Amino acid sequence: MQALTKRSKVVSNKRMSFMEKIYLPAIIKGMMITLSHFFKKKVTVNYPEVKRPIAPVYRGQHVLKRDENGAERCTACGLCAVACPAEAITMVAEERKAGEEGLYREEKYASTYEINMLRCIFCGLCEEACPKEAIFLTDRIVPSTFERHEFVYGKDKLVEPTAKDERVDITERQNVDTVEFKKHKEYAHNILYTKNTLK
Amino acid sequence: MAKVTIDGHTIEVPDGTTILNAARSIGGKIVPPAMCYYSKLKTSGGYCRTCLVKVSKGSEKDPRPMPKPVASCRTNVMDGMVVENITSPEILEARAGVVEFLLINHPLDCPICDQAGECHLQDLGYEHGKAKTRYEFARRTFVKIDIGEYIKLHMTRCILCYRCVKVAEQLCPGRVHGVINRGDVAEISTYIQQAVDNEMSGNMIDVCPVGALTDKTFRFKSRVWFTKPVDAHRKCDKCCGKVRLWFKGSEVLRVTARKDEWGEVEDVAEGKAGWICNDCRFHKKEVNDWVIEGPSHINRHSVISANHYELSKLKLDTEQHLKQLEGKKVDLGEGALNPNNQ
Repeated sequence: MQALTKRSKVVSNKRMSFMEKIYLPAIIKGMMITLSHFFKKKVTVNYPEVKRPIAPVYRGQHVLKRDENGAERCTACGLCAVACPAEAITMVAEERKAGEEGLYREEKYASTYEINMLRCIFCGLCEEACPKEAIFLTDRIVPSTFERHEFVYGKDKLVEPTAKDERVDITERQNVDTVEFKKHKEYAHNILYTKNTLK
Repeated sequence: MAKVTIDGHTIEVPDGTTILNAARSIGGKIVPPAMCYYSKLKTSGGYCRTCLVKVSKGSEKDPRPMPKPVASCRTNVMDGMVVENITSPEILEARAGVVEFLLINHPLDCPICDQAGECHLQDLGYEHGKAKTRYEFARRTFVKIDIGEYIKLHMTRCILCYRCVKVAEQLCPGRVHGVINRGDVAEISTYIQQAVDNEMSGNMIDVCPVGALTDKTFRFKSRVWFTKPVDAHRKCDKCCGKVRLWFKGSEVLRVTARKDEWGEVEDVAEGKAGWICNDCRFHKKEVNDWVIEGPSHINRHSVISANHYELSKLKLDTEQHLKQLEGKKVDLGEGALNPNNQ
């Protein structure tokens, strides 16, 4: 039979020499290799006490942002779901009732919003498709669990907390283009034009 | 008969045909878009100016060009007329300007609008590179009025095309709504709080080119591109009963009339448009109510086709061909099915 690789060795039944028979040189040789690693730089870190530096544009667990008044930005427009190549996002829309203006920014909102983290490939297309700047990928890592259904993240896990100091900061993740985009008022389709914005 | 040349395509049409209809009989990309003209509604057209074309030769007898772009839906053809639409850069620029004017007061709330995905203004904006607005000032607002239990009116989205008024005039006897006030404050209204409840009134939803009139029973149920359109029919004594069902899973979310390639309600018979009644549209939302014919054809450039599967034309043709072969004894000759025997 033809060898699959050139690394295969032909094994023989050759008698071992005296040095080989006492095994000691081979053991010492192995121990030296082990010992030399005590003085080398460690390749591991003590996670979670120590964390490796992460790229500023790392795409991890999603966040559904609230606006400056604490109202949810998402209007369940479905563009993230249609952009999603893994079809991981599903949502159900509902109409905002009177008195809920502080909770939801616009007249329609997502009553359920689910991302299946097992399906998600963290490509960031949902972030790109979002016209309301509601969904962002963050540098948080999706934790592992034992049950499949626990990976379907609902609004309880995705929407950021209302409290100002608990908000998920995504400003550093916004690249030059995004910041430039926001400077142009004519593109700011997500601003509701009221008398206050005009002043 | 009049011979007319539109963007280099010559066609002979009967006298009194409009340039727009002559272009539609040629078909393809040279057809001017229309936001207010609706071939199934008499006296429609002439408001929106999106169908502007350039007439570079008036007629055989008077070859002078027309001094300004003309609205093709309201201009009749003359023998020997030469029309430029997409071959004229100035027309494309003029049309882009019209689109911007239409977008001045349009709220651009497409993410919450139920019409998004099948909105003619959205298509028009994207086709002319005017997906964004340059307008920075306060848009017009209206006091919201309730026009009945089936139809939701969003006056801010309205472009005042008058199509719904023509529907009310021509299909619903004793119309209760129209356009009141003038200029910037003109609005669709029922004048004195009255519900639009005529049994054919639901057709206003189908003719509305934007999301000003939408189906209340479908409100925020699903985005259009997550639903699958299926042609179906039922026996109805009020209307033709031929509709399009919009499924999500096995649930019928919405019932509309069938639309043709111009976005207008399809003809069910020669010269008879397939308007449907409110009973079919709003109350028959069980699969059992309908006889399903098959998936509707959706243009593959439409976002609705994103989740839509239908048999390709090639496969359909092959299947039809095989059906024809069935029953007939076809002698293919010995060894014809052997792949080595070409």
